[in-house]
Amino acid sequence: MTASLLFLLLTGAAVGAAAGYLGSFMILKRMSLVGDALSHVALPGMAIAIMWHTSPIIGALAALTLAVIGIWHLQNHSSVYPDALVGIFFTASLSIGILITPQPDLLEALFGDLATISVPESLLAVFFSLVLIAVTYIISRRLLLTTISEDLATTSGIPVSKINLIYYLLVGAVVALGVKFVGTLLTGALVIIPAAAAKNLSRSLTAYSLLSIFFGLASAVIGVLIARSTGVAPGPIVVLTSVTFFLVTLVLKSLSR
Amino acid sequence: MPILTVTDLTVELNHQIILDHLNFSLEPGQTLAVIGPNGAGKTVLFKALLGLIPYSGQVTWGQDIKIGYVPQRFSVETDLPLTVAEFFSFKSATPDQITHSLNHVGFASPADILRLRLGTLSGGQLQRVLIAWSLAGIPNVLLFDEPTTGVDISAEESIYNLLHRLQTDHHLTMLLISHDLQVVYRYADHVLCLNKEGLCFGPPKTALTPKTLSELFGESASIYHHQHQV
Repeated sequence: MTASLLFLLLTGAAVGAAAGYLGSFMILKRMSLVGDALSHVALPGMAIAIMWHTSPIIGALAALTLAVIGIWHLQNHSSVYPDALVGIFFTASLSIGILITPQPDLLEALFGDLATISVPESLLAVFFSLVLIAVTYIISRRLLLTTISEDLATTSGIPVSKINLIYYLLVGAVVALGVKFVGTLLTGALVIIPAAAAKNLSRSLTAYSLLSIFFGLASAVIGVLIARSTGVAPGPIVVLTSVTFFLVTLVLKSLSR
Repeated sequence: MPILTVTDLTVELNHQIILDHLNFSLEPGQTLAVIGPNGAGKTVLFKALLGLIPYSGQVTWGQDIKIGYVPQRFSVETDLPLTVAEFFSFKSATPDQITHSLNHVGFASPADILRLRLGTLSGGQLQRVLIAWSLAGIPNVLLFDEPTTGVDISAEESIYNLLHRLQTDHHLTMLLISHDLQVVYRYADHVLCLNKEGLCFGPPKTALTPKTLSELFGESASIYHHQHQV
């Protein structure tokens, strides 16, 4: 049984909201490109899961978890953040993923497919999205102070490295959830673009968080509606919707100056 | 019993020895000024004391200490979506404590500054907000790295007055890095001259001999010393 439109919208809203909220910190950490390309890592994980006849989302989650632990490790043990290295590794993952993913599944893995989402999958995605939002909220203040100044955070008794690891694991999880909707190529955009749009309009952290959640949610809902009615892959539509939000906020920002 | 004991502190960064077997101790309520030329490792010393960087040797703090730290360089993106009030919400301080600490650093109406975005503050305002922020947690030890960098004269006055009040009213133990020898003579019980190893340690009047000053700063030392005598 596949999920009805209402279920799809609910799931899209939850995943979009979680992605937007988590992405808001990715932007402040100046890791937009990493966040964007991170989803590419999901593909080889999904391919291996398909070959082993398990759920692709488990494979995506496993691959993403390994990738974010890798990023975290590099950040802890290198004085210069090796941006290029991360970029190369992500693209290599994507290439390998494309080669080893069985041909019939490739299009779905790359761009997402709403038709194959079942009701239990849908409910699980909503549940996990809400958990991700809650955990992010709980660590949000400590995470932001860590982002502004690691020295101030450490002297305030915040376990900087642990908070960062928790955050990266949350990002990995939200990307894994988004893959079914938007596909491995574009899920990262769902993390970054709504938050970038929110930053254009926000003066306070509260406004920034709420707007990031809203733009993520709205992009997913509008994207799913258009994809459903036109029959095209949801990924590009969701991303283009969020890009539209970004452009509108950019104009509003320049007008307010 | 000392509130801080430093034994054989050595810091090596990028295969270069920055601090070499440093020893000193500090009693509760005392103020230590750390002076030395650029690159002498003053900030590195602070970071080691705070446990922010790896070191060898021992740094022992007294029991139940709560440290406030004002770093030398602190900047935020101008479009960071964070208000001053939200910045203070990272601290577990009551609204009264926050207002009080903002008053302390010379903000007459704290409500106005709390509404502003952190990224829009001027350098001097940001520095004072940061000092207020570190005071809001009611620390008993304060580490100031160049407390008056980028602060204009009147604010500088209020920060020096603040240092004085913190000493007399709150009996705070303070460690400050300063380029200003006047500050050292006026506020410090002890001075630590730093040039890789500790060149001098003791009360400013006895520790800062013309010989140590010229060893520390080279030719320009005479100017520093001259300023003090004026």
